[in-house]
Amino acid sequence: MPQQPDILTKHICYHCGDECIDEILYDDKSFCCAGCKAVYELLFQSNLCSYYTLENHPGINLKESGSGIKFNYLDEAEIQKQIIEFSNDEITKVTFYIPSIHCSSCIYLLEHLYKIDHAVVNSKTDFTQKKVFITYKTGETSLRKIAELLYSIGYEPAINIDDLAENDKPKVLKKLYYKIGIAGFCFGNIMLFSFPEYLSLGNLDMYYKHLFGYLNILLSVPVFFYCASDYFKSAFIGLKQKYINLDVPISLGIAVIFFRSVFEVISGFGAGYFDSLTGLIFFLLIGKLIQTKTFDFLNFERNYKSYFPISVTILKDKNETTTPINKLQKGDRIVIRNGELIPADSILFKGNAKIDYSFVTGESTPIEKVFGEIVYAGGRQEGDVLELEVVRDVSQSYLTQLWNNDAFKKTDVIKTKLNDVIAKYFTYITIAVALTAGAFWLNKDVKIAVNVFTAVLVIACPCALALAGPFALSNSMRIFGKNKFYLKNTGVIEKLSQIDSIVFDKTGTITQVKNAELNYYGSLLSNYELSEIKSLVKNSTHPLSQKIYGSIKCDGEFAIANYKEFPGKGIKGIVGENEYKIGMLEFVMAGDSKEDAENKASKVYVSKNGKLKGYFLILNYFRKGLSELVNELKEDKELSLLSGDNDNERQNLQEIFGTQADMKFYQKPEDKLSYIQTLQDKNKKVLMIGDGLNDAGALKQSDAGIAVTESVTCFSPSCDAILSSEKFRELNKYLIFSKTTMNVIKASFAFSMLYNFVGLYYAVQGALSPIVAAILMPVSSISVVLFAIFLTDFFAKRQKLI
Amino acid sequence: MDVMFILIGASITVAITFLFAFMWAVKSGQYDDRYTPSVRILFDENIQSETENKKL
Repeated sequence: MPQQPDILTKHICYHCGDECIDEILYDDKSFCCAGCKAVYELLFQSNLCSYYTLENHPGINLKESGSGIKFNYLDEAEIQKQIIEFSNDEITKVTFYIPSIHCSSCIYLLEHLYKIDHAVVNSKTDFTQKKVFITYKTGETSLRKIAELLYSIGYEPAINIDDLAENDKPKVLKKLYYKIGIAGFCFGNIMLFSFPEYLSLGNLDMYYKHLFGYLNILLSVPVFFYCASDYFKSAFIGLKQKYINLDVPISLGIAVIFFRSVFEVISGFGAGYFDSLTGLIFFLLIGKLIQTKTFDFLNFERNYKSYFPISVTILKDKNETTTPINKLQKGDRIVIRNGELIPADSILFKGNAKIDYSFVTGESTPIEKVFGEIVYAGGRQEGDVLELEVVRDVSQSYLTQLWNNDAFKKTDVIKTKLNDVIAKYFTYITIAVALTAGAFWLNKDVKIAVNVFTAVLVIACPCALALAGPFALSNSMRIFGKNKFYLKNTGVIEKLSQIDSIVFDKTGTITQVKNAELNYYGSLLSNYELSEIKSLVKNSTHPLSQKIYGSIKCDGEFAIANYKEFPGKGIKGIVGENEYKIGMLEFVMAGDSKEDAENKASKVYVSKNGKLKGYFLILNYFRKGLSELVNELKEDKELSLLSGDNDNERQNLQEIFGTQADMKFYQKPEDKLSYIQTLQDKNKKVLMIGDGLNDAGALKQSDAGIAVTESVTCFSPSCDAILSSEKFRELNKYLIFSKTTMNVIKASFAFSMLYNFVGLYYAVQGALSPIVAAILMPVSSISVVLFAIFLTDFFAKRQKLI
Repeated sequence: MDVMFILIGASITVAITFLFAFMWAVKSGQYDDRYTPSVRILFDENIQSETENKKL
C-alpha cells in the first residue's frame, strides 16, 4: 500500500533517500544534490508527484552515475537500425533495458513519460525483465532525446551490443504454457469420460463404453504426441549417447501405457489408463514449468561484448564521428576520453595515457603509457583525451583472446547427476522385474503374462521421482533468491553440494576499498594541513590515495611543486612551503624503519617536513566477516586465493586463510583459468568466487562460479550464481543448505519408491485395475511434491534462511 | 439416453472454447509478464489523460 512519505524528516533527500550532506532546500523539501532536485522539479511540473507517494524515496541518486555519458551515437543511422524495432513516418517503437528499475514508483514514472515529453505516445514497463517499451512520434523527437530523457530522470538505459540480439526465452515458455493447457484440457475431459469405469457402472451400455473409449483415445493423442514429445526426444538423445537419463523410464512408461490402453479399447478388453497417462504428463509439465523459474532481471551470460561501449569516436579527416564498434577497422584513428574504455588493441598517438586495467587483470593501479606504446583493449583511461590508432580488430585483441579458450565453448548441459544415477538402476530393475513377472505367468497364461509385463512398466513409470527433484530444487532456489543468492538454474544446487575446494579472487571479492572505514591516528592535523594533504593525494590514482582524498572534507586547492610518485612506496611533494611524504613507513621515514610488517597495506603514514605526523588506518579493508567465513570453510574444504594484484598483502591474507591455503599473485586471467583446470585434474570439485571480467575465464571453467557484486543488477561476468556482497558472510550456510536440498531429494526418492512397491505388488499379480492406477499415480505425484517442498522449507527455517 | 450425445458434444464444445481462450491468452502475451500489470492497476489515473493515451 502507498505510504505517506516522511516529508518532515530532515536531512534525508526527498528524492533518493540518501543523507543530505550539502542540503538543498526547495519547495520545503530537502535534496542531497542538484540532480535530485532537478528531477523533482521536472516531475512537479509534469504533475507526476504520485511518484513519491507510491514508495518512500524511490528516486535514483544521480551523484554516482557518470556525468560524461553521451548518447550522440544514437543519432547514427547504423546504430538506430539495430536498436529500433519498428518505425514509420508516424511512430517509432523501441525497447530499452534499464537496470535501475527497482520499485513500483519506477513503473509509475516510466509509464507516464508522455506527461514529461509529449512526443512519447506510450511507454510500458516489464518489471521483471527491467525493460521499458517506448513508442514515440517519429518526427517530433529522436532516439537520442528519448535516451537522454530517461537518463535525466535517473533511469539510464544500458545499451550494449548483446542486448541488440533477441533472446528467445519467452518463446520456450510460451510453448510450455501451450503444452500444459492442452494436457490439462485433455486430462480433465478424460477423467470425466472415465468416471463410469471408476464407479464400475456395470449396466452401462457397451455402446457408451466404446464411445468413451474412443473419445479418450482421441483426446490422448495430442497429449502423447505433442505434450510429451520433449521426454521422448530427451530419452532418444540420451540413448544415442549410450546414456540412460530419467526420461528413459518415463518415456518407456508413457509409451507402454498409451499403446496398451489403445489396444485395450480397440479390442474391447478394458478401458485403458488414459486418465493416468494424461494426468501424469500434466503433472510432469507443471514440474517443468516450476523448474524453468529464473531470475529474469539478472543476466548470467555476459561476454566481453557486454562490457564494451556500443560505439566509439573516430577521427576522420580531422572530424570526429561516431561509429559502431563492430565497424571499427585496423588503422582507424580513435579518440578516448576520460573514463572511456579502450575497445581494441591500439598504439598511443597523442595524450598522457593513464590506464586502469583492473577490468582485465585485477591490478588496480593505473599504468602510464607514452607515445608509441601499445595499449590493450579493456583498459579504462583516466585523465586526458587520447588519440589512438587501432592495430588489431576488436575480436582479436588480447582481452578477447580469453574468450577463445575452450572453457567458453563448452555448452552448458544441465545434467542432474543424482537423477541420472538413480534413473540407470531404476530402469534396469524395472525391466528385470517386468521380465521375471512376465516369465512367471507365461507358463500359465500368455494373456496374463503380457498384462503383467506391461502393468509393471506402467506402474513403475517414475513420475513422482521426476517431480521430486524439480520441486525441491526450485524451492531451494527460491529460498536462496530471498537471501540474495541468485542461481542461474536449479542444476547449480547439486554442483554446489559437491564442492570440496574453493578458489577466491582477491580484489573486489574479498576486499572492498570503496566502503572501507578510514581513521587517522597520530598528532592532530589542522584543517589547513588536511587541505594540504588533500591537494597532494589528489594527484595520485592509487586506490588508497583516492580513499584518503575522498575522506577529507575540506577543500584541497593548493598548488603542488616537485610532485613525485614512487610506485609501491608512496608519494611526495611540496605544498606551499611544506614538504609532505605520504606512504609506507620506510618510505616516509627513510632509514628509520621499525615497522611491524603486519598492517603494511592498510596503514598510510604522513610526514611533514621530515617529521612523522601520524598515519591513516584503513579498516574493514577486507569484506566483513571474511575471517569467520574462511574459518568455517577451512574445516572441510581446500581454500586458495588468486590475485591479479601484487603480493603486498600476502602476510595479512595468510593469517586469515591459514598456512594450508595456496596463494598466487600476479595472476593473469588465463593463469586463473589454468589454475582451476589443474585442481580439476586432481578430481577436485572447484568453486570459484570472483567479481570481475578478469575472473570470467575461471568462473566459467570452475564447477560452480559465483560472482560477488555490490549491486546484483550491475554488470557481472558470466557465472553460475550471483551473490550480493552483503551476504558474503553467509556463503557457508548456502553451501550447507545446498547439501541439505540434495538430501531432501534423496528422501523424496525413497518416499516415491514406497508407492512404486505398493503398485508393483498389484502389478505382478496381474491385478492392476485402472482405478488403482488412477488413484495411485496422482496421489503419489502430489504427495511427493508436497513432501519435497515441506522438507526444504522446514530445513531452510531450521538453518535460518527463511 | 440419447440426450447423452448432445450433452457430451456440448461439454466438449465448451471445454474447447476455454482451451482456445487460454491459447489466445498465451499467444497475445498475457503470460509474458506476470508482475507489472498487478502494480499498474493500482495507479490512480487521471481519466482525461488515460483516454488521450488510448487514442494515440
